[in-house]
Amino acid sequence: MGVSPMSSTGVGPVAKKKKLPETRARRPCHEMGSIMLSDEVKKEIDAEARHYPQRRAVVAEALKAVQARRGWVDDESLRDVADYLGLSFDEVDSIATFYNLIFRQPVGRHVILICDSVSCYLTGYEKLLDHLKKKLGIALGQTTADGRFTLLPNACLGLCEQAPAMMIDNETYGHLTAARIDEILGKHE
Amino acid sequence: MIEDKPLTSRMRSDGRAVSLQEYVAAGGYQGLRAALQLSRHQVIEQVAHSNLKGRGGAGFPTAKKWGLIPTDLARQPRYFVVNADEMEPGTMKDRLLMEGDPHQLIEGMIIGSYAVYASVAYLFIRGEYRQSNEVMKQAIAEAYQAGYLGQKILGSDFGLDLHVHTSAGRYMCGEETATLNALEGKRAIPRFKPPHPPVVGVWGKPTAFNNVETICCVPHILREGAHYFRSLSRTEDGGTKIYGASGRVKTPGLWELPMGTSAREIIFEHAGGVPDGCRFRGCLPGGASTAFLLEDHLDAPMDFMSLQAHGSRLGTGTLVVLDDTVCPVGMMLSLEIFFARESCGWCTPCREGLPWIAAMLEALEKGQGRQEDLHILQEHCDLLLLGRTFCALAPGAVDPLRSALKYFHDDFRRHVINRRCPWS
Repeated sequence: MGVSPMSSTGVGPVAKKKKLPETRARRPCHEMGSIMLSDEVKKEIDAEARHYPQRRAVVAEALKAVQARRGWVDDESLRDVADYLGLSFDEVDSIATFYNLIFRQPVGRHVILICDSVSCYLTGYEKLLDHLKKKLGIALGQTTADGRFTLLPNACLGLCEQAPAMMIDNETYGHLTAARIDEILGKHE
Repeated sequence: MIEDKPLTSRMRSDGRAVSLQEYVAAGGYQGLRAALQLSRHQVIEQVAHSNLKGRGGAGFPTAKKWGLIPTDLARQPRYFVVNADEMEPGTMKDRLLMEGDPHQLIEGMIIGSYAVYASVAYLFIRGEYRQSNEVMKQAIAEAYQAGYLGQKILGSDFGLDLHVHTSAGRYMCGEETATLNALEGKRAIPRFKPPHPPVVGVWGKPTAFNNVETICCVPHILREGAHYFRSLSRTEDGGTKIYGASGRVKTPGLWELPMGTSAREIIFEHAGGVPDGCRFRGCLPGGASTAFLLEDHLDAPMDFMSLQAHGSRLGTGTLVVLDDTVCPVGMMLSLEIFFARESCGWCTPCREGLPWIAAMLEALEKGQGRQEDLHILQEHCDLLLLGRTFCALAPGAVDPLRSALKYFHDDFRRHVINRRCPWS
């Protein structure tokens, strides 16, 4: 089975409960203050925080800074971000799990976001999704066994004039066909 | 010669953003110079005379919105927020404006901030728009260097700091008060109104909140005058409009056309019509949360008032076209999967109702739907109205569904009677 790093995927009134690892370290209050965040990440957070009257405004930016370095946001890093911004773990987690571009579970080296909104539906994205699933051997929300790709659905990417479209890491790809997808995947090791 | 495409005429064909030099050479920042010669009140009056209405979908008069901000200057600082969280399915116009001509937006934001006495402005861009983020940040740095941002702009007493806030997904972040929560670093759920953001906005301060396209219009109103802006339009609403078409058309794209251009002209002249051998069935005029228009409605001017007569709205003005090769029930399912997933979960009718709708549509598509399901779907349309939900997300989700149940009733019934999707 693969993993589903996105909290907001899938239709259904029943929200999936996220299992926290048993080994989640709980540090006592007096040890609070970040020990894990690198100086580089702290500098990034501080630079961004100067744009706002309150430091907590950068919480999404801080989580993204962590994610940019390790691919996803683990509990330990989330606690460090919370401590650094003076927020509780749960409050930061409630924000992290709200955003679909912040991953709370491990993802592959490349994250494929396939647009499943209306213009891509009308131009046949479903066949391409089937092609991707078959080629990668995974379902939506899963990661390939070799850790190369994670496949996720995404709301309209704003590439409707190029539909069907997808995004891998930070690059967008439009006018997709099965052949073009094969070519694009081949460029991602 | 009178420029009839003020928003897009400077854009380059190679896809690179218009540089500061190119923008200034084409008359850029002249609108700001003109505005700084006027009082704040006069700037708002000019915008009022132009009949500029909000391009984010609601069509609220921009000057009226700015006028709601208290004149009591003790309430400082004030904020100017531009919504670039473009995530309405079928909509890609703000991306074009940011990536094509970033300084036009910056100039509009400076003028707007001046008009409402704001000293800090934020551009809230969705995380998926990586290129927009990069282009805007680069252009803002250029504008600071050239003295259009920072203290004492162009030698005046007015100063402004402009920052990009890069978001991380979720449609909900584009709802006015949810954006303000997101900006403050909170979970992006909507806030109770009143108080409205012009009075109590981000960090409790007076806040202007406008769409990218709306603000891109502002420099041209100040530079060329309100009369010029009104003359660009074919109807009462001023200006041009970035219209678009996607889905089942031959040449999808975006076009800057006079406000009030008909859907027929956009679909059949600019977008080349539906593919050969296919028959037009209907379209969403302005994104996923607008009701369907049929062939009979296509001659109506695409402005804020005219489409209401046909039970729809201009919305974002980017059309999504359906032909006879795709199942309308399947299209509705795609729309409702989006809305159900993007519901923030704050209020019960939306959190529970939308997944229920999506599940029923899915059952219909799989041939497992029952006759009474159509009534239950209709009931949801009647219950998920503004006033029964906390914000406009669920009411927007049932607008297209209500029209689909009416216009494509036979298609829905065929799914029930034949126990399968006729298109599968």
